[in-house]
Amino acid sequence: MSVRESHGSPRPASSMRTPLGRVRHLGASHSGTSDFWRQRVTAVALTVLIVPVIVVVMMLLGRNQAGAAQILGSWPIAIIMLLFVIASAWHMKIGMQVVIEDYVHNEKLKLATIMANNFFSAAVALASIYAILKLSSGV
Amino acid sequence: MTARIERPLSPHLQTYRWTLTMALSIVHRATGVALYFGTLLLAWWLIAAASGPAAYANVQAFTTSFIGRLIVFGYTWALLHHLLSGIRHFVWDLGYGFKANEREALTWGALIGGISLTVLLWIAAYAIGGGR
Repeated sequence: MSVRESHGSPRPASSMRTPLGRVRHLGASHSGTSDFWRQRVTAVALTVLIVPVIVVVMMLLGRNQAGAAQILGSWPIAIIMLLFVIASAWHMKIGMQVVIEDYVHNEKLKLATIMANNFFSAAVALASIYAILKLSSGV
Repeated sequence: MTARIERPLSPHLQTYRWTLTMALSIVHRATGVALYFGTLLLAWWLIAAASGPAAYANVQAFTTSFIGRLIVFGYTWALLHHLLSGIRHFVWDLGYGFKANEREALTWGALIGGISLTVLLWIAAYAIGGGR
């Protein structure tokens, strides 16, 4: 530690980090590669989850509402569906944001569409989650 | 204010010779966008199942109609194609499959696999559900 830093400098003690170290990997968005990584995490999750989800959909074919509600309300299936809905919504939110950033060049319109994308993804996810929880609580 | 500098641009899409991987890259994105709006169908189905017999009958009336069945068939293909095409991206993310013949094979695999799996799944669905 330098003499200047040890005598009431406003710089925090953690300033041993170089300016390069503080910005490295963060890029122009200041959030770094987190979206890239989450896109992969949710993709792997969906690759695994799609198998039981297809089985569930197959089980429901040709059944009426009472039969469907009974199957969807059982706890292992409810958990699979919840995980699938959450991973899907997250994955599609990131994917659509990439598409918007590629094609919408007007800054204000871009911010508006990115915001709408967040609202849509959250609404679809929450509506589905609410339905699954309602089915498994039997209300 | 800063003047806009005319910087050199990279060539646009139409400059390049059309390749399979290029076409399927666009299809991957297009199926992703289709699936994005397709989640409305998933949400509608779950909400209907939670709401009651009348709401669920509406969903079933839609999925057994010609247009509804066409949409669900398209949704199945988009889902399975995006899945296999995405697995192809995992291979690339891990650093494999970049040679010309390898990336062609992976891409054909996703294309043919997606169509075959969709047909197989629908045959199984008709066998199980009796066309309902």
